[in-house]
Amino acid sequence: MTHSIDKAKRRFLTNATTVVGGVGVAAVAVPFLASMSPSEKAQAAGAPVNVDISKLALGQLLIVEWRGKPVWIVRRSADIIKTLKTETAKLSDPNSDEVDQQPEYCTNPSRSIREELMVVVGICTHLGCSPTYRPELSPADLGEDWKGGFFCPCHGSKFDLAGRVYQGMPAPTNLVVPPHHFVSNNQILIGEDAKGVA
Amino acid sequence: MSLLSWVDERFPASKLWKEHLAEYYAPKNFNFWYFFGSLALLVLVLQIVTGIFLTMNYKPDAQLAFASVEYIMRDVQWGWLIRYLHSTGASAFFIVVYLHMFRGLIYGSYKQPRELVWIFGMLIYVALMAEAFMGYLLPWGQMSYWGAQVIISLFGAIPVIGEELALWIRGDFVVADATLNRFFAFHVIAVPFVLVALVVMHIIALHEVGSNNPDGIEIKQQKDEKGIPLDGIPFHPYYSVKDIVGVGVFLFIFALVVFYMPELDGWFLEKDNFIPADPLKTPEHIVPLWYFTPFYAILRAVPDKLFGVLAMGGAIVVLFLLPWLDRSPVKSIRYRGPLFRWALTLFIISFLALGYLGTQPATGLYTIMARVFAIVYFAFFLFMPIYTKLDNDKPVPERVNFK
Amino acid sequence: MKQTIYTLFMAILLLASPLSYSASTGVHLDSVDIDLSDKESLQRGANLFMNNCLSCHAASYMRYNRMARDIGLSEEEVKENLIFGSDKIGDTMTIAMRPDDAKKWFGVTPPDLSVIARARGTDWLYTYLRTFYIDSTKPIGTNNLVFKDSAMPHIFWQQQGYMHQDENGQLVNKGQKSTVDAEKSNVGNQITESEYNTLVRDLVNFMAYISEPSKIQRLAMGHWVLLYILLFTVIAYFMKKAFWEDIH
Repeated sequence: MTHSIDKAKRRFLTNATTVVGGVGVAAVAVPFLASMSPSEKAQAAGAPVNVDISKLALGQLLIVEWRGKPVWIVRRSADIIKTLKTETAKLSDPNSDEVDQQPEYCTNPSRSIREELMVVVGICTHLGCSPTYRPELSPADLGEDWKGGFFCPCHGSKFDLAGRVYQGMPAPTNLVVPPHHFVSNNQILIGEDAKGVA
Repeated sequence: MSLLSWVDERFPASKLWKEHLAEYYAPKNFNFWYFFGSLALLVLVLQIVTGIFLTMNYKPDAQLAFASVEYIMRDVQWGWLIRYLHSTGASAFFIVVYLHMFRGLIYGSYKQPRELVWIFGMLIYVALMAEAFMGYLLPWGQMSYWGAQVIISLFGAIPVIGEELALWIRGDFVVADATLNRFFAFHVIAVPFVLVALVVMHIIALHEVGSNNPDGIEIKQQKDEKGIPLDGIPFHPYYSVKDIVGVGVFLFIFALVVFYMPELDGWFLEKDNFIPADPLKTPEHIVPLWYFTPFYAILRAVPDKLFGVLAMGGAIVVLFLLPWLDRSPVKSIRYRGPLFRWALTLFIISFLALGYLGTQPATGLYTIMARVFAIVYFAFFLFMPIYTKLDNDKPVPERVNFK
Repeated sequence: MKQTIYTLFMAILLLASPLSYSASTGVHLDSVDIDLSDKESLQRGANLFMNNCLSCHAASYMRYNRMARDIGLSEEEVKENLIFGSDKIGDTMTIAMRPDDAKKWFGVTPPDLSVIARARGTDWLYTYLRTFYIDSTKPIGTNNLVFKDSAMPHIFWQQQGYMHQDENGQLVNKGQKSTVDAEKSNVGNQITESEYNTLVRDLVNFMAYISEPSKIQRLAMGHWVLLYILLFTVIAYFMKKAFWEDIH
């Protein structure tokens, strides 16, 4: 039996093997995890969507699909636009201070590029249901104060006609405004800023 | 340390670690042939992990299956790598397992007291063949389709119930969507589950009796005052560090195939399998993947459907009987007499030759050769009780040879 | 000694067997040089493919935008020059012709070409596209040396000219004069044999690319993976040696 076992050498080589092997295992994990992110097919299907709004009537809601999600487009009346500027007391984030909920060019009271056109992702920021369009004034179930907006049937969150959430609702933030721009007067491209892909 | 003792009072963590690794004494004279057990385990894990990720994008539907494989190869990020790891892993599994079985043959690892280790191992081999066969249907190419059609038709050879049985296995009059769907279920959950259970039993049985070694000596017969075999060393760290080197060499060869020749010239991925399954048109010649060809050659060597199927099945069944056919008191080839050495050499030659003949068209000379080699294959087992008894074995030393 | 022989056996089985595996087509296949890094060849091939193949055949697993990326074209260039239908850049290369109609018109549905290079092999494609010959017994007037009774017409007859089979079975180029179809004679853009070979090579190179686009990625990273495994194995070997020092 030898007593001259070089423990330090063993420890060093064990550590070296562990570190190099660990790097390898981590590197192998990358392709496996990446394989779960959207495929080329999903990305192609999620490409920007061109919407023609020439036939959109006043107060009408148009729903288009972008990346599998509903995007709402509503043509708002002058009265509504005025209400959006005045009726802000009960809103949770009237000035759209939450940066991630809209592109920079929509950080205004109507949360839009053109005041008369609302473009919003129709997914409740609470748990992902799609709220219902309730444009009527003061309906029995939503109360005297209802100025028209969106009501989420799942957990009762209420939003105004700019997708802004009211105070005390389960939904934490305003609805998301997707990146979009006007290609022409009557054409909106959803999913892409004027400068390029979002 | 206190966490470990907390666990130990509730779950035998330290006990398992000691029994199977730190205080599992393995003979110190393991050689090259002893790498393939741990490598088989590595490939099993690789197949399960890559298989899980393939399942996330594969579609077991006759209309969609072929396209979903190409979807994995192109549209899924890194899908091509995961798929090639799985397809190469399938062949690697058989290479490793065949070498592992060969080790058992030359060193008599199937002999008393390791009969059950061998039986569990053989069951793993059979389960692996079922797993590979059903997995090969999933890409739904021409070879997938017609290979399955031919193999399932073999059941038709069984008298009386055969045709009904084949129909029941397919779930349709030909291999069809129903067949693909059920093979998928077997391939991704039923058989892997059985495989893992068998591997656990294989290892438990092995650790109960202890490992054999190239000298075929029972190291437990020579112990020191603490009861530790004189020729034994703890599996961990000695064999864990040694097996890691084996893993490195294996992965190098494996990666060479995955990155530079994933089809291996038609041996690992067949050309015809890049043509979608067409029930109306059989490819010019159907060849099973290389790991089945020895048995396929035996099947074709017999000029009768039923007896051909029986011969093919028999070729696998006789392997199970090995522990009881071998009557020699000696385990390792190192101390065996010339009769066994000759018999084993002829057996290996005929196994390889049958493997080659199974890939070739069954015509004239090839059929005759397949018959000769099939006879040698069976003779190896049939006459084993005789020649192992008559053999002029050498005396076995008490201690193992090391360096 | 026995063990060494057995090891050799296994090694020979693994190394030598692929060589003995050969395609069973009776005709000798000319070998073609496939080079996925030759972007210009791939671009010419893409052009040929879109103009000549992609009306009867689809390549329904291949996306235009990925092709653009891999063969060095911008998406705008592909949109303008290579996409003829209403397809978007993220779409796959599909065709408007329905498989049933195709079967009615041609007798067979022209196969999808996405993975044809892997199914047939590139040498086969290269030889196939160069060995059409006049055969008046066939309804379409031509036949093919490697694919007997092929239902596909000779797409490149203007470039290659028509081949005739002489009494020894050899193909002889008789130019654009076809006994079958006199109207098609002498259109006047026939090219030389070596130019034609290059044309077919570019096309086959492109088909090899679309049959496995990830091959570019695969070959590019292979040597790094091998290098890493080598490094790991060497370190592991020294670790093993350090532990086994006390085993005698």
